[in-house]
Amino acid sequence: MTVDTKRLYDKTYVEQYSQDKQEPEWMTALRLRALEQADALELPKPDKTNITRWNFTQFKHTAEAKPEPITSLNDLPEALQDFIDQEDVTENLLIQRNQSVAYASISQELKDKGVIFTDIFTALRDHEELVKRYYMKDAVSIDEHRLTALHAALMNGGIFVYVPRNVQIETPLQTIFWQEDPEAALFNHVLVVADESSSLTYVENYVSNNDEQQTVANVVTEVIAQNNAKISFGAVDHFAAGTTTYMNRRGVAYRDATIDWALGQMNDGHTVFENVTHLVGDNSATHPKTVTVGSGNQVVNFTTKTVHSGLDTDAHILQHGVMKDKATSIFNAIGKIYNGASRSNAEQESRVLMLSEKARGDANPILLIDENDVTAGHAASVGRVDPMQLYYLMSRGVSKEEAESLIIFGFLAPVVNLLPIESVKKQLTQVIERKLS
Amino acid sequence: MAGSVLEIKNLHVSIEGNEILKGVDLTIKGGEFHAVMGPNGTGKSTLASAIMGHPKYEITEGSVHLDGEDVLEMEVDERARAGLFLGMQYPSEISGVTTSDFLRSAINARREEGDEISLMKFIKEMDEVLDYLEIDKNMAQRYLNEGFSGGEKKRNEILQLMLLKPEIAILDEIDSGLDIDALKVVSKGINKMRDDNFGCLIITHYQRLLNYITPDFVHVMMQGRVVKSGGPELAQRLEAEGYEWIKEELGIEDETVGQKA
Repeated sequence: MTVDTKRLYDKTYVEQYSQDKQEPEWMTALRLRALEQADALELPKPDKTNITRWNFTQFKHTAEAKPEPITSLNDLPEALQDFIDQEDVTENLLIQRNQSVAYASISQELKDKGVIFTDIFTALRDHEELVKRYYMKDAVSIDEHRLTALHAALMNGGIFVYVPRNVQIETPLQTIFWQEDPEAALFNHVLVVADESSSLTYVENYVSNNDEQQTVANVVTEVIAQNNAKISFGAVDHFAAGTTTYMNRRGVAYRDATIDWALGQMNDGHTVFENVTHLVGDNSATHPKTVTVGSGNQVVNFTTKTVHSGLDTDAHILQHGVMKDKATSIFNAIGKIYNGASRSNAEQESRVLMLSEKARGDANPILLIDENDVTAGHAASVGRVDPMQLYYLMSRGVSKEEAESLIIFGFLAPVVNLLPIESVKKQLTQVIERKLS
Repeated sequence: MAGSVLEIKNLHVSIEGNEILKGVDLTIKGGEFHAVMGPNGTGKSTLASAIMGHPKYEITEGSVHLDGEDVLEMEVDERARAGLFLGMQYPSEISGVTTSDFLRSAINARREEGDEISLMKFIKEMDEVLDYLEIDKNMAQRYLNEGFSGGEKKRNEILQLMLLKPEIAILDEIDSGLDIDALKVVSKGINKMRDDNFGCLIITHYQRLLNYITPDFVHVMMQGRVVKSGGPELAQRLEAEGYEWIKEELGIEDETVGQKA
């Protein structure tokens, strides 16, 4: 059954939804303004991928039943348990089941230091001014295109992380977004703010199981690193084949700030993935690293972009993708240096490994530079498993299958090894194994 | 019977339609060190690659047997598990796979399931060999051959040889690109393998390697065939006089493959 979004999720619905969530007035107004804009705006146009026929309209906005809270992590389904390090459960863990918090814990130490780690609706009530200051302002704008506007209008989940000035968080914060309802859409908003000279490691996981039912994930993530802040952001996305995903992760780094990304994109459905970091402040830096495995008939469009406007900014993009079956992928790596961003450096590397004749992959290195005093470099390749490498490994006695698997995992290792939580790293490895088998 | 026997009979090998080997006969037994020498372009490396099963080489005639088993019927990995090892002239670089992890996989590939080498035992054995070959221990944690110097790659081949303990090893120009110190270390490793149960075929372009490893048999290849065989004294004469006298003796004008005798 196709649901007409426009008719079902109209002004009255959005207004009511916002009120039910006890949102402040400005938020209700923001949603309604966004809803109007969504009608007028067009879909985004990711380079070389036509998404006009993708499902962005067939979904159910709210999950059927309010999920039961999870009292013990042992009650979680096995697929989710894998994400959690059983021997060393992080004290700072939030599990969102469908669109509501089912489990939340944060250490007393972090609470005492003023760290906020809570769901977005609670944050809108309890930390309204902080959220208002950053929500869809500096990183992502509501009116970029229809999907950002729809996101703002229909936002139905997400979290808010705030680290006060000079607070260093040693243990990672972890979030699991579990879409248990196979038809429920996820308009998830993740807002991470690290105030001056603070630091944190944040890791998130998206999971769903709807191989049959069609739905939508429209995720906007805004990561703000104030002066001299350091954010290490890790993720494993694993939406099932029925989910069409728009995944927008955007960072803004101010003076001397660093945002590092380690993103494992393991969705089984069509995905538009964009990861943009604005290096606004002088001497800010980012290292976006992404891996993906494309399988089935999936179409994936990746854009990783660094935008340099501060002086002495530094970026190094690394994207590695493995394509099997009939999967199609476009990898765009973009380094944009504005006039005046002197002594900036924009490096990028995109590598695609093809495992089948019918898989397609395309790596597009793009440098847009309006300043003379800069350095930049790019490398891109699309290739198959090197028969000489296979021969070499097999000549030591390992089977062809094992040799292939060693080469593929080795190819993905530069990103997998960077994920900051051991259990998430293992989980990503398992997902990769499953996607490759 | 001590050791294995590798029997090469009338081996003809082509690459992209060009015949490189034109009937090679050679038998290597456990306990024996054979050196195959000869100028460039005479088919030495082709012989090594063909025995191991390099995908570009086509066997058009002849046979290779290891202890009576037909090697040419085996996949590359089966040849290795049967007891063959090839120390390569140009080992591949494998990004993201550490030397240590790979070696453990390779050792376990030769063992039965459930009988895998324990991590402790593996580390102990590897550390001993790393010390013996004067290799920095960090190398085991580096990606296999990635960014290695020529000398490091060759030492890594010998490291693998010593840990995998094959029955028959073929070493293809293991001495090329090595300085004198590295050459001594590599030779020390190969000599350590000397055993009644280990046979070795050393392919070399230069005689200098044989100053450190004394072969039991020396064979000279020209025009894709073994044209002369002898004992260690043959290598000494080659060192003193070069290859010209053999060419004269056999009436060969151009020793490279593709020329008629």
